[in-house]
Amino acid sequence: MFKDSTAIVGIGQTQFAKLLPQTELELACTAIKIALEDAGIHPSEVDALGSYTFEHTPDYEVARNLGFGELHFFSQSPHGGGAGCGAIGQVALAIGAGVAQVGVVWRSRKRSERSSRVWAGVQARIDDHWKYSRPSGLVRPVDEVAILMRRYMYEFNVTREQLGAVALAQREYAHRNPVAFMQSRTLTMEQYINARMISDPLCLFDNCLETDGAAAVIIVNRERARSLRHLPAFIHAFSQGMSREHQVMADFHGVNPLLSSSYVTAANLWRQADCGPNDVDVAQIYDAFSPLVLFSLEAYGLCPRGTAAQFVHDGGTRIDGRLPVNTSGGSLSEVYLHGMNLITEAVRQIRGTSTAQVSEVEFSFVSTCDSTPNGALLLRRA
Amino acid sequence: MIETIPLPATDYPPDAPFWSAALRSQLSIQQCEYCQRLRFPPRPMCPHCQSVEHAWVTLSGRAKVWSFTMPQPPLLPIFEKMLPYVVVLAEIVEDPNIRIIGNLVSETYESITNVDVTNLKIGADLRVRFRSCATDVALPCWILSEEL
Repeated sequence: MFKDSTAIVGIGQTQFAKLLPQTELELACTAIKIALEDAGIHPSEVDALGSYTFEHTPDYEVARNLGFGELHFFSQSPHGGGAGCGAIGQVALAIGAGVAQVGVVWRSRKRSERSSRVWAGVQARIDDHWKYSRPSGLVRPVDEVAILMRRYMYEFNVTREQLGAVALAQREYAHRNPVAFMQSRTLTMEQYINARMISDPLCLFDNCLETDGAAAVIIVNRERARSLRHLPAFIHAFSQGMSREHQVMADFHGVNPLLSSSYVTAANLWRQADCGPNDVDVAQIYDAFSPLVLFSLEAYGLCPRGTAAQFVHDGGTRIDGRLPVNTSGGSLSEVYLHGMNLITEAVRQIRGTSTAQVSEVEFSFVSTCDSTPNGALLLRRA
Repeated sequence: MIETIPLPATDYPPDAPFWSAALRSQLSIQQCEYCQRLRFPPRPMCPHCQSVEHAWVTLSGRAKVWSFTMPQPPLLPIFEKMLPYVVVLAEIVEDPNIRIIGNLVSETYESITNVDVTNLKIGADLRVRFRSCATDVALPCWILSEEL
């Protein structure tokens, strides 16, 4: 049985900033070293690695810099911001099944240089499915999410002010988090409403940060987890999800593009879990763009359909709300690391060490990108 | 970054007929020979019945706005020169589950820039047009149409 058979027992991260001098490999090694020290596990014990297909630091370079043991499992998870929970879930499956003993999953990214924008590398001729959108000037992920958000606003009578509450709530969390990139930068609703559009109806503050950094987690089996220094964050349930007509980025070709792959992931996650969405104490929801928070809240059953914008606007995701969300500041206000910082924060909420700690957390939820094929994890204390 | 519009490769056998039909100003998509269902984007196999036998059928070119966006900088240089422009996701009348992306253009000229958006809204009626971009590429685009 996979349920609760593995746990995240170490977390590590570098500084989060713009234009860090270190290479992505140096950042990766630093975050992993810190995560192993946090777990109290020697690098020579590591025998399983997981990363994103978007990761630029090769597994063998990471292994031979950190002095890992002989490796028994190495995998990569696809689909950019949809990959994080999949990378962890796959390593956890290997460890839970006894194929390997100590797993490391990391994400290192220098995303602050303008030249690092993935969409900016589009070629003069396109040979994949993007040939049906990019020639029309629908080039960036934000443009695809803007199309979804306009439809969502139309179907559910949602206003920009309601959407703006997502960015404002997360900025409040960043103010409490000394390592958040936006820790000291205030954001008002007036600033939000008057901000320049990036892809109408989405403005600057609906977009994640462009920052540098790395984060890593350590995974072991249940027995080992209980012998280590920190309260383990047991992996209670895990699923990836890809809807029937999905492609990379928005699922424009399914029966309803607003019913994303998150609905697939959610159904399989709750099928496995001992609890339901109402039992989630705190959630980290992938937020490269603020609409993804609304879409995901509904897809995972954390809000009834069509009500997420009102829920956030009413303060439901703030520290004193019914369901605190993205409590480190998230991708909008802490750091953009393809969601890896959401996973480390989900672990801190289990341990009781978040800078916006929710009391008596039993179930800590974390998801990946709503508008790509994706995945989610439900972490449990004890 | 490239200075030109990124264009589709048109020589890939599974979807080359879409692009050759576009050169003739026809919106053509696949129809399964076995179960008769339409499918888009083009692909070798029918996801409903796993048949690889298919025909290319010409659609009426009528559609409705499912949603749209107006991108703003930072963009590829060529698109920054074309601002402001609208990208529409259109659902076709033959099967509203089939959606095709194109720019909004006016009836009188083929530019995508500064098109009148007074009547642009979700649900608005559209007709397809084709905008020549290379000897082998005409891109589907949409005009607002009142008399559907």
